[in-house]
Amino acid sequence: MTDTRESSGPAPYANPYLAGIGLGLVLLAAYVLVGRGLGASGAVSAGAAWALDLVAPGHAKHLEWLSWRFADGQNPLKEWLVFEGLGVFLGALVSGLLARRAALVVEKGPRVSTRARFAMAFLGGAVMAIGAAFALGCTSGQALTGGALLNLGSWAFMLMVFAGAYAVAAFMRWQWR
Amino acid sequence: MMAPLLKYGAFGAETSLVVAFVLGLGFGFALERAGFGSARKLVSQFYLDDLAVFKVMFTAIVTAMLGVTYLSWMGLLDLSRVYLVPTFLAPQIVGGLLLGIGFVIGGYCPGTALAATATGRFDGLVYGLGLYAGTVAFAEAFPLVKPLYEATPMGQTTIPRYFHLPYGLVVFAVVLMALGGFAGAGWVEKKMAARKDAASRQRTAEA
Repeated sequence: MTDTRESSGPAPYANPYLAGIGLGLVLLAAYVLVGRGLGASGAVSAGAAWALDLVAPGHAKHLEWLSWRFADGQNPLKEWLVFEGLGVFLGALVSGLLARRAALVVEKGPRVSTRARFAMAFLGGAVMAIGAAFALGCTSGQALTGGALLNLGSWAFMLMVFAGAYAVAAFMRWQWR
Repeated sequence: MMAPLLKYGAFGAETSLVVAFVLGLGFGFALERAGFGSARKLVSQFYLDDLAVFKVMFTAIVTAMLGVTYLSWMGLLDLSRVYLVPTFLAPQIVGGLLLGIGFVIGGYCPGTALAATATGRFDGLVYGLGLYAGTVAFAEAFPLVKPLYEATPMGQTTIPRYFHLPYGLVVFAVVLMALGGFAGAGWVEKKMAARKDAASRQRTAEA
């Protein structure tokens, strides 16, 4: 996996339009099979509810925003998006291995230390989670899923994602370029 | 047989979890193929030198949208049984902004962080820990943020329904917009490549 021989370097990425058609067909299959789209942040909330209950037994059940995940004594991990998320992990791993792109690395620009990159990754994840909680979904559950269904809130959300990202890109240049 | 198959009883809730896993396999595979397991590739969208995020997202949206539209016109898919996330305009605008900001700071979104972690990106894993921290923080602070979270409820609605436009017309407009966007994206990438080229040539000349 850390092979650096030129003959077996990482394969180039797929054509974005082809990858997009593939992704769109998976999304379409989700609508047709189960009547819902794809998602990711919902799996995180389910995982967080479960983990919190492990660390502080009973506490998460009393948090209004998470309590429904324990309704009728249910395990929060028995959630559609958690199973989908397991698939995402394995699907990405298979693709990465086939393309020789799977490697133990840190993605960052040339001017930033690993420690700073980790701090920013953690911060970005936390900000993103709070945003997804407010928006009732993330890039998958809102932008992709709702976008293709012409969901009003999803389109408003999607425009704001791009607006927010372009607004702060200049301030984060040191981390990436 | 009418779709959505789960809603029309073709299989049960337990089987739907297996379906979820299989759909996830395809989702993860497509994300990684596109290069979305790499933060550097993803954030290139916001520095304009590689607009793959836009291209992949909008190709996927157009593909799924056209599929849904044709299947429902043919009477094979009951669109009223496909779940729509309800619209709460104010929190979705705020949430979208936060998501965009978090994207550039962290380098991923939740789904792509999973693909990144799966392919060995340590920063994707750390980002995932941040996601958990943010989720728990939100859950703890929920009483404080509840007024915004529940603001401007508009129910389950779509652009055609809200603006009283024919569904087909909006679909057509989105397709045209996407095609225009793809042409624009190609133009921007070419401009950025030319600029980078000129800059590196100047550097060689100075050296």
